[in-house]
Amino acid sequence: MTAARTQLAVSGARAATERTFGTRSRADKVGNTVFQAVLFLGLSLALLTIVALITWAAVKGGQRLSLDIITNGPSTVDPTQSGFRTAILGTVYLIGGVIALIVPLGVGSAIYLEEYADGTKWWNRLIELNIQNLAGVPSIVFGILGLAFIVRGPLSLGFVVAAGSLTLALLVLPTVILAAREAIRSVPPSIRDGSLALGATPWQTIRRQVLPAAIPGILTGVILAVARAIGEAAPLLLVGAVTFVRFDPNFFSGGYSALPVMIFNYWGRPQDEFRVLAIAGILVMLGVLLLINSTAVYLRNRYEQDW
Amino acid sequence: MSMSHIAASSVGVDPGPRRSLEAASPRHGEKLIKIILGMCATVSVLVTTAIVVSLLVPSVNLFREVSIREFLTGTQWAPAFANPTFGVLPIVVGTLMVVVFAMVVAVPIGLASAIYLSEYASRRVRKLVKPVLEVLEGIPTVAFGIFAFSLLTPTFQDLLPGMSWRGPFSIGVAGITVGLLIVPLVASVSDDAMRAVPADLRQGAYALGASRMKVAVRVVIPAAISGIVAAFVLAVSRAIGETMVVVIVAGAGDPTLSFDPFQGAQTMTAYIAGRATGDIAAGTIVYDTIFAVGALLFIMTFAMNMLAIRLVRRFREAYE
Repeated sequence: MTAARTQLAVSGARAATERTFGTRSRADKVGNTVFQAVLFLGLSLALLTIVALITWAAVKGGQRLSLDIITNGPSTVDPTQSGFRTAILGTVYLIGGVIALIVPLGVGSAIYLEEYADGTKWWNRLIELNIQNLAGVPSIVFGILGLAFIVRGPLSLGFVVAAGSLTLALLVLPTVILAAREAIRSVPPSIRDGSLALGATPWQTIRRQVLPAAIPGILTGVILAVARAIGEAAPLLLVGAVTFVRFDPNFFSGGYSALPVMIFNYWGRPQDEFRVLAIAGILVMLGVLLLINSTAVYLRNRYEQDW
Repeated sequence: MSMSHIAASSVGVDPGPRRSLEAASPRHGEKLIKIILGMCATVSVLVTTAIVVSLLVPSVNLFREVSIREFLTGTQWAPAFANPTFGVLPIVVGTLMVVVFAMVVAVPIGLASAIYLSEYASRRVRKLVKPVLEVLEGIPTVAFGIFAFSLLTPTFQDLLPGMSWRGPFSIGVAGITVGLLIVPLVASVSDDAMRAVPADLRQGAYALGASRMKVAVRVVIPAAISGIVAAFVLAVSRAIGETMVVVIVAGAGDPTLSFDPFQGAQTMTAYIAGRATGDIAAGTIVYDTIFAVGALLFIMTFAMNMLAIRLVRRFREAYE
């Protein structure tokens, strides 16, 4: 009786299997190989894109690569003496402002959402949803916000570095919050419980246990956000980083430029020398970004811990 | 004096007063910290509010002069002409052209990369490839645009000489470039979705004699489908919002309604970028069009993002 039922079950399973998957035929093996080859081709195309871009920039812009393009300011008269000095300084200023804003705001929001917020309350859910949505708002819309709210309107800063900094900071804030939350979430609850059980207050627990453990992850998130802010041009076009500035920037007055915007500006000029200079600028920017990205990857691998 | 106290003091041990688990002090500092952190978190809500307000006010101004119907259905877009027209369709079509071409490139390449990484790649390959894809994601779009303009466009013009090329600009190439740009986004979101599919589903299929390809195509992809669709939706949202590549590769030329991928065209983002860098006085009707187009852009991407968030949630509820 049992044997018959077992046999019935086995043959039923076998029939179901064969109907779903068929037997492994030669065609099936060939199909598998082809499928794997197609997948590999797709991945190779993605990787090839990077190789092609870097090679192209090196070949086309490499000839202009020298210290001069970093130390010389822009000149409309003599393209061969033109450089990115004011743009690089502008980017340094911008990013300094961005870091000063996103670290406290981003980490603070992440701590609140992970450690304090009651997820069942509607306002906390709204904050979460809102951050996820902000992460997908086009960068040019942040430029419009900067133009209407920061340059003019309520803040009225004018077309200055501070306005650009604030705009970029708001743009990358969601990225920082999401990364910092991931890092804080990966600290196991037992650590918190242990600390609280020993009489630490919630804030002492966060400051002395959770944050030190989450710092590498938070740092990685901040670094990647900074990398993104360095490369953003579109929102800066709207908040004044377009002038052909010959002087070094100042936070709250005068015009400013930024590296990607200057590259765009040189690219738009008719002389070939300026176009080559733009590609040399891309090379400089890619170098800086690769350095920043590899730092982030190194940090992640170095401090990744399984509790 | 209870019995136990008498007993305890008689042997010289002081048990002390009974302590409750309440905090000894009211801890105002702790409450203050929570309030400060909560304020940090509300900044992001304020940002969204500010975006909506800054887009809405000038848009309302514009729609006093131009009816919304004319704006959304008109096929002529020339707000700065002496005889202005405000039909937004030409630049919406430009944007959609970019989206279509971008998806044709990004979906197959991104999905193939994701399946390979999640189902076929060894740990070592993953550890190598993932950072490289991150680098691709981090390449500034200005660089991508100039790269495409000086390398991809001439290549395509050589490969397809008989087409209606006119000058160096092409909306189709712009779309393809944006597609290459969003491959990492599609790959990483779908890869996460597929890796979240429980291993026992795969094991079960293998136990029934399925091959690797069958497991990927018939088990893993259907199980991760909502996450994968979310990746596509996010990619569409990114393609709608891309600015620099489109400005450089498609030119911010004359916005006529056209479906020809080989010629230059204008998109919504390119219009905003081009118009805002020109010197136009605030408060004029042309200045207001920047915000009206921005509002349309925001509404489109907002709808996409919400859809993607819902899909990811549904996926998480099923498997986590």
